[in-house]
Amino acid sequence: MQENSSQTRELILAFESSCDETSVAVIENGEKILANVIASQINSQKRFGGVVPEVASRHHVEQITLCAEEAMTQAHVTYADLTAVAVTYGPGLVGALLIGVSAAKAIAFAHQLPLIPVNHMAGHVYAARLVKPLTYPLIALLVSGGHTELVYMRTAGQFEIIGDTRDDAAGEAFDKVGRVLGLAYPAGGKIDHLASQGQDSFHFPRAMIKEANYDFSFSGLKSAFINTVHNAQQRGEALSHADLAASFQASVIDVIVTKTLRAVKQYGVQQLIMAGGVAANSGLRDRFRQEIAQRDLELDFVVPPLRLCGDNGAMIGAAAHVLYAQGVRGDAHLNADPSLSFPYLAANTTK
Amino acid sequence: MLVLAIDTSNRALTVALASDQQLLGEITLNIKQTHSEGLMPAITYLFQAAKLKPAAIDRVAVAQGPGSYTGIRIAVTTAKTLAWTLNKELVGVSSLAVIASNVLSTQRLIVPVFDARRQAVFTGAYQWQQGHLVSVLSDRHIKLAAWLPELLATKQPLTFVGQTAVFSDTIRKMCGKQAKIAPEAANLPRGQQLAWLGQQAQPIANVHGFVPTYLRKTEAEATWLKNHPNNEGHEPYVEEI
Repeated sequence: MQENSSQTRELILAFESSCDETSVAVIENGEKILANVIASQINSQKRFGGVVPEVASRHHVEQITLCAEEAMTQAHVTYADLTAVAVTYGPGLVGALLIGVSAAKAIAFAHQLPLIPVNHMAGHVYAARLVKPLTYPLIALLVSGGHTELVYMRTAGQFEIIGDTRDDAAGEAFDKVGRVLGLAYPAGGKIDHLASQGQDSFHFPRAMIKEANYDFSFSGLKSAFINTVHNAQQRGEALSHADLAASFQASVIDVIVTKTLRAVKQYGVQQLIMAGGVAANSGLRDRFRQEIAQRDLELDFVVPPLRLCGDNGAMIGAAAHVLYAQGVRGDAHLNADPSLSFPYLAANTTK
Repeated sequence: MLVLAIDTSNRALTVALASDQQLLGEITLNIKQTHSEGLMPAITYLFQAAKLKPAAIDRVAVAQGPGSYTGIRIAVTTAKTLAWTLNKELVGVSSLAVIASNVLSTQRLIVPVFDARRQAVFTGAYQWQQGHLVSVLSDRHIKLAAWLPELLATKQPLTFVGQTAVFSDTIRKMCGKQAKIAPEAANLPRGQQLAWLGQQAQPIANVHGFVPTYLRKTEAEATWLKNHPNNEGHEPYVEEI
């Protein structure tokens, strides 16, 4: 597994800059976080009600070496201790990705270290490895502002998509609905909080819940929500924001939980990982736990702690550990790939 | 002093390794290729060919803009990371100065231009004084129609260099005999020139804080600041969480 057998510990310096967080981590043996420095641009991007790519890229340049220096200091490691440098090369915002890629390549060159390109989504899955060992086959639900994906893993390092969103990502729907309710970006946490105080009284549609696939759609829900609010405004009627939030969230959760658990059953997996920014939603977490208990499923449901659910370098280092063992290497030509994606699982190979 | 010079401000990519006395090597590419794919292989080859280790350099000189936002970010990120991680000096040089230094005339005002689209340019004015290239009209983003009268008012002979092709008709029409357009050979940035300019400049005190010179705010930020002049408590923009 290790190129240098005299090395007792494998140390990976990992970079993540795919969206609006600059993060650098040092990960030992794929499972232990020695440092995970995260610089968030949320204060800046709040001004625009969402992430402006050019602004994100500019902030990454300001932060990248600062984060790297702090990570190395916190981890008490030197370049001579490092085994490899890892970096997210996609998917994400191209200008943002390029900062991490440029910095990682420069460090790999300067210290003659191997370079490991990592798919950001593989990172989200492997955030769970920082919590406990993974048992294959497994299914991972990746829900964030940019993605809503169900990923099947037969074995370590092998990722196949079994379901994806056809339009908006779940987190995107939260942000758009939040804007209608006058909530500041990012709205996910605020809607979650409001929802806990309201009732599902509007009965919004549950898009694609019965369809015989694992895809999602949230744009119809968003439209139904906006229409409901606008119609009420025209009638001069005030709707309960708590009930609106609860109804919206109930629709999202119903669809995600129903389809995910159906996939768990069909593929016969014993571990379900949930990660990505929307995994922070307490309503979603609670419903999964309830359903799993009620149905008496023998299912290990793993949700990494909040800090590892959002974008971070530690998860990239954890994924890189597996890729490194499999011989995955990047070279000086490595470029960002903003639309990088896992392959789809061929329909006829389903169990 | 061994200097590594890096410029990816526009379409061309140029890197060089130079000591005080001589150029060891320069790679200049003017092809359609992303700088992310091209830069590190070029640097790697230069060091291999010169049989030098990365740590052998004393200083990294980078063209820090203006130019393509993505291009200057790739050069600046690569340069500042190399300088930081190898604990070497870092100097930033105007990307316009690199082009201006291709014109050797000591009698004329040298006007480098980059096409900023919508009839605007990134530009400035430079002059050789006692063997040094001096910025006499600072780098700026400006409509060409506003820039030319300002240059004419200096009453000095002008030499335009850089991305002049699209503007040459306008320049000739408005400036007449006061202006010359540099020959095509002078339009490409050269790593050797950047290394030489970089040897003379003062190193950056705070490598972490080093950023590209964009000369323009993003549209989103410009609009925001127009409507929120006090910025309403959004600073610091970036926080460790």
